[in-house]
Amino acid sequence: MTGFVRHARYVFGENPVTGGALALFLVLVVLAAIGPWIAPHDPLASDTAKTLQPPSRAHWFGTDQVGRDILSRVLVATRLDLVISITAVALSFAVGATAGAAAGFFGGWTDRIVTRVTDTIMAFPLFVLAMGIVAALGNTLGNIVLATAIINVPFYARMARAEANVRREAGYVDAARLGGNGRARVLAVHVFPNCLPPMMVQASLNLGWAILNAAGLSFIGLGVRPPTPEWGIMVAEGAAFIVSGEWWIALFPGLALMLAVFCFNLLGDGLRDLIDPRRRT
Amino acid sequence: MNPPLLSVEDLSVEFRTREGVVQALDRVGFTVAKGETVGIVGESGSGKSVTALAIMGILHPAARVTAGRAVFGGLDLLAASERQRQEYRGRELSMIFQNPRTALNPIRTVGRQISDVLLRHANAPRAKVKTRAVELLARVQIPDAERRFDAYPFELSGGMCQRVMIALAIACAPALIIADEPTTGLDVTTQAGILDLLDELRTTTRTATILITHDLGLAAERCDRIVVMHAGHVVESASARALFSAPRHPYTARLIASTPRPGVKLAELTPITGAVPDLRGDLTPCRYRTRCERAADICDEPPLPRAEVATDHMVACRSPL
Repeated sequence: MTGFVRHARYVFGENPVTGGALALFLVLVVLAAIGPWIAPHDPLASDTAKTLQPPSRAHWFGTDQVGRDILSRVLVATRLDLVISITAVALSFAVGATAGAAAGFFGGWTDRIVTRVTDTIMAFPLFVLAMGIVAALGNTLGNIVLATAIINVPFYARMARAEANVRREAGYVDAARLGGNGRARVLAVHVFPNCLPPMMVQASLNLGWAILNAAGLSFIGLGVRPPTPEWGIMVAEGAAFIVSGEWWIALFPGLALMLAVFCFNLLGDGLRDLIDPRRRT
Repeated sequence: MNPPLLSVEDLSVEFRTREGVVQALDRVGFTVAKGETVGIVGESGSGKSVTALAIMGILHPAARVTAGRAVFGGLDLLAASERQRQEYRGRELSMIFQNPRTALNPIRTVGRQISDVLLRHANAPRAKVKTRAVELLARVQIPDAERRFDAYPFELSGGMCQRVMIALAIACAPALIIADEPTTGLDVTTQAGILDLLDELRTTTRTATILITHDLGLAAERCDRIVVMHAGHVVESASARALFSAPRHPYTARLIASTPRPGVKLAELTPITGAVPDLRGDLTPCRYRTRCERAADICDEPPLPRAEVATDHMVACRSPL
């Protein structure tokens, strides 16, 4: 374990961009945890006397059309957006990677079923499918996560399938079987970990995408309901005011969204380096 | 005479491919006694590796054992259940692969890979596994074994990786090790080192070895008995001494004549003409027929004879030398 810690320090130390992304990620996590306590104002409290104020000392990010403090809303929304994206990605990673790796490794019927299911999902425009799922199941947080997870499953399944498939006939698979391991154990212990590095990159790219997707659902009114603070809804609400010059309403939540996506994308490479021992020197 | 440790009888293996059925092995038979080293020699495509994989039960899914038995310690490995075979693999039977670099899992440390085998077959308590693994690494003459325990395969040289493979193979003190071209791709000094190590293990533990190689010189030097294979047939099997002093099958004779050895100029070596025949579709009883200078009409008469021409000397030829 100490070796892992040393390696982690090396990976993040050697590449300042990865280190920066990690720092940004930690900031996001901290904000998600303590956001409601450090927010200067109540994110839901409207104040009709102070609507549409530009950024000032009292309201750093300005106020929106009903006088709510945008900084507070952006801070409080961090938790919701991170929870949605991380649970959705974790869910689709778990399901997709397991199914895909099994399909690639065992072939035959397992493979056929998994490929058909993923093909079916991918036959729809993914965002429309997510809209459909949320519209059909109901507009709740759980369903938003579920919809985002479902449309992401095929990417993991296909990738894991391809990775497991090329490793199915690797020498160490034969060697592991000769060591007296059953096929399921060979898959879990020897093949799957070898498939992980590219999947980690995929997962981190996907985190950004999942946030955008959740924000997109909110934007068209199928996601989180107002007045709950959520970056996507805030951008949607603010968009109407840009033409009249009140740019800050959409800009700041948009910026937060961009930073989070940016951070996840950069973190991907670092994560891969972290779990691939070949990156050690 | 003691019953042999491993007795392969009439082993036939087919591969179903898009272009037809390939008869990779046809009634292959040989025995291995306890503590004995048996060499399987033959050119590429003669079925050496398929024989090994069939015995271990890890043939490619397209392959099918159509007949035969491989009796090891009273159990027919070919008829055994997967669970039974799993118990044997690694503990009683183990295998050293041709390419150690790909045969080791790139993202597990070598120490962990050795520990895996030790734990799987439960002949070491968990607390002692690390000590045992380090002992094994030291046993295969890996310098600084303690430190190498935490090394990943890509951090070791090819020769080192092969030593790790051997450590894996001997981890549970198996009764039989199959070494499939263990020194291909290694430089000559490393080769000698690896083979000396195998020899030493054999003398100290009385482990039987099947050495698969295309290097006749190497087989002559290291093996007690030699099985010559050609196109899925065992064409001749005899003690190394008898085989080299008086080969009876024309193929063996040509194989020996084509092997470089001291005192023979390169120009004097005679190549074997032709190539291993296509193993799809109808085959002549003797698969060496088309390449053989002694071929005659009688050779087309089935079945291919398998004659004991002397004690423990089998030849599959109508007109042996």
